[in-house]
Amino acid sequence: MYDSGKIIAGLVIFAGLFTVPFIMNRGTAAPPPKLKIVSKAKACVEDTHYMRTSHMKLLNEWRDDALRDGHRLYINNKGKKIHIGLQITCLKCHSDKADFCDKCHAYADVRPYCWDCHFSPEGRKKWASTEGHF
Amino acid sequence: MGIDRRSFLKIAGLSAVLGIGGGSVTDLLVNKDVEASEAVCTENALHAKRWAMVVNVKKCSEHKDCKKCIEACDSWHNIPNFHNSKDEVKWIWKDDYEHTFPDQECEFMSEDIKKAPFILMCNHCDQPPCVRVCPTKATFKRPDGIVAMDFHRCIGCRFCMAACPYGSRSFNWRDPRPFIEKVNNNFPTRMRGVVEKCTFCVDRLADGLQPACVEACPYGCLVFGDLEDPESEVRKLLQENVTIRRKPELGTMPSIFYIV
Repeated sequence: MYDSGKIIAGLVIFAGLFTVPFIMNRGTAAPPPKLKIVSKAKACVEDTHYMRTSHMKLLNEWRDDALRDGHRLYINNKGKKIHIGLQITCLKCHSDKADFCDKCHAYADVRPYCWDCHFSPEGRKKWASTEGHF
Repeated sequence: MGIDRRSFLKIAGLSAVLGIGGGSVTDLLVNKDVEASEAVCTENALHAKRWAMVVNVKKCSEHKDCKKCIEACDSWHNIPNFHNSKDEVKWIWKDDYEHTFPDQECEFMSEDIKKAPFILMCNHCDQPPCVRVCPTKATFKRPDGIVAMDFHRCIGCRFCMAACPYGSRSFNWRDPRPFIEKVNNNFPTRMRGVVEKCTFCVDRLADGLQPACVEACPYGCLVFGDLEDPESEVRKLLQENVTIRRKPELGTMPSIFYIV
């Protein structure tokens, strides 16, 4: 092999530079968030795995079902009937959005715009001028 | 290296099948969606072919200071109060005859009518011009006649506000949240840059409830019902009384009728 010294030295430098971020950040990975649920229901809308991976898909479908088609009752995989609504259903158990939604969303670095309009009773305290009456 | 053309093509073909086809085949075999779920109408939902409202101005003008319908709507829908008419967001409001029926103004009209309070809201037109101009279909007409809003889709272009001949639409110039006086936890707020209006309380109808304003009126001045049902209360009122609609000459066919 010609110029093996230069090539090998170059490879070593490249490997070093390439792995610097991994080595520097070793052991500092944020631990997966521990979520708090103020549980009122025994089970969520669908099973936990599905909710964890596809709740955003379900919420999108719910939005269109409720607003576009006027279908506001969801019958889940097990035949259970659930009222469609982020505030009237989801947030009744996941009432503290900061301790549930936000933790994971911050961990995964996603910024859903649900909260521009929807709010949890907890989150409301930040902006509401008076206590509600409903 | 000894690889002939034939075996190269074989390896390339096999890799292509595994690489491109493999993923989609396993995706087809493992369905990640929830299968047996569906969304239906709520059991106690109120249904109609064409929802409409009759406003009894005669009765209403006996109680000129009453604002119960407006207050009920504001608090149910988290409507802000900016104390400033420039930024005002309104779903239901009051105005006088001259501004409600500018095309039917008459200088010799009785003072009673001239000073009577007219309850105004979205007319839920049968031919809604706002729906025609909305570029994102954020506002749309439901099969039951309600001109509904999907705030998720509104981009705030305000074409609908220009198209609406009744001024029924309001734009959120500012963040409405700090200006909501009574908060309803079961209804979302809106955000800055979104147009909003009366929705005939589609969410309440789905729960078998009358619109908030109708429920709140202690004198029965607002009557809500199905225009296509000859037996409905609104049809009976239309049979028994002379009613007028706002700007009928525009051909929008409003669904709000006024008994004057």
